[in-house]
Parts: sequence; structure tokens; C-alpha cells
Amino acid sequence: MIKVMIAKPGLDGHDRGAKVIARALRDAGMEVIYTGIRQTPEQIAQAAVDEDVDVLGLSILSGAHMKLVPKVLDLLKEKGANIPVFVGGIIPEEDAEKLKEMGVVEVYGPGTSTEKVAEQVKNFVEHSHA
Amino acid sequence: MKDEEIRKEYERWNEKTEETLKKFPERGEFKTTWGEEVKRLYTPMDVGDYSQIGFPAEYPFTRGVQSTMYRGKLWTMRQYAGFGTAEESNKRYKYLLEQGQSGLSVAFDLPTQIGYDSDDPHSLGEVGKVGVAIDSLEDMETLFEGIPLGKVSTSMTINSTAAVLLAMYLTVGEKQGFSRDTLRGTIQNDILKEYIARGTYIFPPQPSMRIITNIFEFCSKEMPLWNTISISGYHIREAGADAVQEVAFTLADGIEYVRAAVNAGLDPNVFGKRLSFFFAAHNDFLEEIAKFRAARRMWAKLMKEKFGVTNPSAMRLKFHTQTSGSTLTAQQPDNNIIRVTIQALAAVLGGTQSLHTNSRDEALALPTEESVRIALRTQQIIAYESGVPKTVDPLAGSYYIESLTDSIERRAFEYIDKIEDLGGMVKAIESGYVQQEISNRAYEYQKEVENGKQIVVGVNKFTIEEEPPKSILKVNDQVEQEQIEKLKKLKEKRDNEKVKKALTALENAARTDDNIMYPIIEAVKVYATLGEISNVLRDVFGEYKESITI
Repeated sequence: MIKVMIAKPGLDGHDRGAKVIARALRDAGMEVIYTGIRQTPEQIAQAAVDEDVDVLGLSILSGAHMKLVPKVLDLLKEKGANIPVFVGGIIPEEDAEKLKEMGVVEVYGPGTSTEKVAEQVKNFVEHSHA
Repeated sequence: MKDEEIRKEYERWNEKTEETLKKFPERGEFKTTWGEEVKRLYTPMDVGDYSQIGFPAEYPFTRGVQSTMYRGKLWTMRQYAGFGTAEESNKRYKYLLEQGQSGLSVAFDLPTQIGYDSDDPHSLGEVGKVGVAIDSLEDMETLFEGIPLGKVSTSMTINSTAAVLLAMYLTVGEKQGFSRDTLRGTIQNDILKEYIARGTYIFPPQPSMRIITNIFEFCSKEMPLWNTISISGYHIREAGADAVQEVAFTLADGIEYVRAAVNAGLDPNVFGKRLSFFFAAHNDFLEEIAKFRAARRMWAKLMKEKFGVTNPSAMRLKFHTQTSGSTLTAQQPDNNIIRVTIQALAAVLGGTQSLHTNSRDEALALPTEESVRIALRTQQIIAYESGVPKTVDPLAGSYYIESLTDSIERRAFEYIDKIEDLGGMVKAIESGYVQQEISNRAYEYQKEVENGKQIVVGVNKFTIEEEPPKSILKVNDQVEQEQIEKLKKLKEKRDNEKVKKALTALENAARTDDNIMYPIIEAVKVYATLGEISNVLRDVFGEYKESITI
């Protein structure tokens, strides 16, 4: 079973998207851990490693993504964890491109179908294990 | 026609229509957003007693809280704004005032809302992003530079740190030469919905409720024109609640605040006048109009029957409305202008006292100046061209509107009873009940969009290939560094002995039953920072842990 963590880094309280995605992935047969809001990058990276998740989803709508996402990526690398990371939220196209260059596997904006996310998450996991 | 005749005629018409349906079936099922069946036709049989509709400015206030409504004064056009530094936000406010906006509405960044200074590690990446960064009185002075606070009304979206920001505001006002009892405005100060939906809480519910009653008490003595709370359904709705849940949970929050204030010895006939509300306006036009009317009637009944209020002006539900950010789409963003127009019109037909219209590009980023102007112009066109403000509550008496109003009231009261049975809103929040109800609705809605039951134009139907938009607003990335520099300088030039003394006085007050507003004002005046003040209170009160539901 795929084990996925949905996390909300930073101070942003907009958790509707994170919760909807968490539930949709659970309904798609995955084991889902949702961290709740206001997690520091350190807490998230540590929890992802401790829980040995297959994939990590970060949700940010506050505009802090260019600081927080790279931080999570760096911390995962430091810990030697090879966990694919996807991001959802209000992320301008230009920033989305940069995040992908840094190693984020996908960035989802408003209007994305949860079915599509679930399908792609399965792919991320297959590729990372390949 | 008499009731009996109408009923007979209706039955005759219905039979005839059933015949027609065999040849021309309807498009499908029709339901309200909360899942109630919508009838093909509404008639006088669906409307209750006229005493429930009544007259404007009279109990039960279904038709509005003022007797002449927009014939006397239009609603306040109030765009929520603020980003980056105090200097940048000050410029945006002056621009909006020049463009004919009639009141200010301040958006603070998340660290300010959660009581962290810009140099706190928790603030990383968030400084100046969703609103303006305020670390000390110095920033607040800059924010309102050249804006006479005695002449404008200012709404501040601030909750767990409302006491600190209010203290800063009144201090700036006094420095400008306006006494605190002349200042007009609103602080959101609604902590319960932060636990439910918005997430900028700091302390656990009990001390949070104590701070709120301290503010109520302070304002009733010192700032009689200030609205001490804006009990907000907006964020609850945006988190996924339907219209009935929005009304029910908001008014249930209201009950909890009134109860806390009454327990603290305040008179609801007095502080009831300073309560205000904040609702969302969504796309289902007629439902939304009915929702506002139902909320008004319900609150009047609650204040009168539950709390024994006798002063009619303390039963009036006055409210601000914002159009719905969550209905805006990143796809074909110009379509959002039309959504906002429909929503804004519903708010006006529902009798709102003030209105924020969202900008078309909010699903992409913070709005550009051009987008904000179109949003403001939308309100101005409704006000000056549409003709809807010419008469009070123009849709009263519509069979469907009245029936919807009754239905929302009935269903929302059922929810409120349930919450009261659980022991009130604080208990309902701690158990996760309210959050779960909202999450369930949000998930159902998402499923409906994905299976095509709910059409979202440009998202799951009528889609096109499009280029990502070019013109979006980006917040200057230097803000964080600039704020940190300013803080460093401030801590060098202020009298740190005085700061220490003021913070100790605050701690002592917090540990007793004293009203903490007074020592907060003293601390603010000697330039103690928002983070320092909040940390004192964190030490005394502790921090809230979210009850996680998905």
C-alpha cells in the first residue's frame, strides 16, 4: 500500500485543499497521514522520514512556497531520504517551473481533479522505486 | 384568491404540467446547495405568516436593519487590502480612497496574525505575503501615515492578536490628535472560527475567550463606536460549508461570545449593539439572498429569546460581506468578474452593510491594481446603475425567497440545537464535530465537480487551452529582510528598561483577572513588539493544539 503524507508547512491555515486531497488519496486506496497546519519544514522532513512515507505532498496558499519548499527538499536530502515531493496551492507558473527544477515532481493549482492527483501519485512512487 | 382556491388551481396546473413532462422532461433533479429538493414552482402556499417578514428596522429584522436602507446611505465599499511593508500598503490605501472607496480594510501577514515578529524562525517565507507585516507601533504609524483615523472607519482582520493591533491603532489615532472614543472601525476578533476554519489561533479556547471579553469590556468603556467583533461565517463557508452550515456555525459562535460576555458581567443590551457579522456571498444567487435574511431573523430571535435582550438595536445583525474566493477559478480568470458580480448583487439584495468584491486574479496570486479597480467598479455599477438600491429588501414576498429563508432558518436552528446539546461551540470544536461536518461537505462538493454533477464553467466544462497569465502581482522579496533590519534598529533605539517593565506588568495582569487591554496599550506605547507581547501571553496561557480531522 502506498503511504503518503500531506503536510502544511508555514503559517497558512487554508487546509480545505489539503484535507480534500488527503481524503481522496485515502479513497484511492493509499495510507494517508495528514499533519495538520503550521508545521515547520524540520517537523515535516523528520515526520516523513520517521513514518517512512513513499511520497510527500505539501500544500501552501500563503505565497511562502519559494522559501518553504526548498527548505523541505534540502532537509530530506540531508537526511538521505529519497521521497518524491509534490506541491499544491496558489503557485504562480514561474515559481512552479523553478520548484520543478529543484526536484519537486509536480505542482497542482486550483481546479485540479483529485483523480488526476491520485493517478499521478501512484506514478511518482513507481518511478522513485524504479 | 383565497388559499383554498390557490391550492386547487395549483393542483390543476400541476396535473397539466405532469402531462407536458411526458413529452418534455426536465433536465434533471434540482436541489439547494444543502441538498434540499427545489420545487418546480413556489406559490403563496409556501410563504408563512407576514409577522415573520415584518418591516425594516423592526423585529425580527428579516427585511433589514435600517428603515431606509440604501435610500439613506449606500453600503460601505470596503476592499480588503495589504501586502508587503507598511509603506506599500499605505500607498494602496490612499489609492483606494482616491478611487472612491469609503472605508479601509487591513490585511495583515500571517506572522502578525499569529503573534510572531518578522525575525522569528516561524515567520520564514511568510513576512508581508498575505498582508502587511506589523512588528511594532512604528510600522502601524507608517501604515496610517497621512490617513486621518478620526475621519475613516477601519476594519482589521485580526483575531488572536486583536488586542495588540487595537492598542496600536488607538495609539496612532491619539498621536494624530483623535481621542479613542471617536475612532470607528471593527476588529475581527472572532477566535472560534479560527479553530474551525481559518487557523490563526494561538492560545487554547478558554484564555482566548477571556481576552475577547477583556476587549468587549474595554471598548464598552473607552471606544463606544468600535465594533468589537466580527463574527465570521466567511471562512467557514470558504472551508467548504454550505449556506445552512455557514449561518448555523456563525450564529452558534455568536451565542458563545454573548454567553461569555454575560458571564463576565456585561449587559447584552449594551454590547449587543457593537457585535457585527461577516458572511460570504456565493454563486447560488437566490439562496444567498435568503441566507442573509434568515441570519438576521435568527439572530434577533436568539438575542431576544435566549438572552432576554429588550433593546431592539442590540438584536440587529449588521454584517459585512465578501464575495467568495473559493468559487474563483484559475482557468479563464476574467470569468471571475461575472461570478463576483452575481455574488455582490446577492449581498446587496440581502441587505449588507459593507462589501468587499474579490478580484478576478485571486486564484492565481494577490490581485493587481487593475483587478482591484474592476472589483471596486463592480460595486459602483451595482450602486449607481443597476437600480437595485432604490427600494428596501426588493425581493421580499417572492414565494421562493421567503420559502428559502424559512427553510434555512429551520435547518440552521436544528444545527444550533445540536451544538448546544454538545455543550456549546467550544466543546463542539474541541471534539472536532464542526470541522468534520465542514470537511464532509467540502469533499462531497469536490466529488460533485469531478463527476460533473456540479459544473464549473471553464474548469470541468467549456474549457480551453490557455497560456498562464502574464500580469500577476509579486510581493517584493526584500520585505522580510527590511522588517528584520527595522526590528534590529528599533530594539537599539527604544528604552528597553521601559519595555521590560511593561511586559512584566502585562504578565502580572494576565495571571490575574485584570483586563489585559490596559497593560497591552502601555507596552505598545513603549514600542514593545507584537512578538514580545504575544510571547508573554504564550507563557501564561499556553498554545492550542489542533484536533486533526480529514
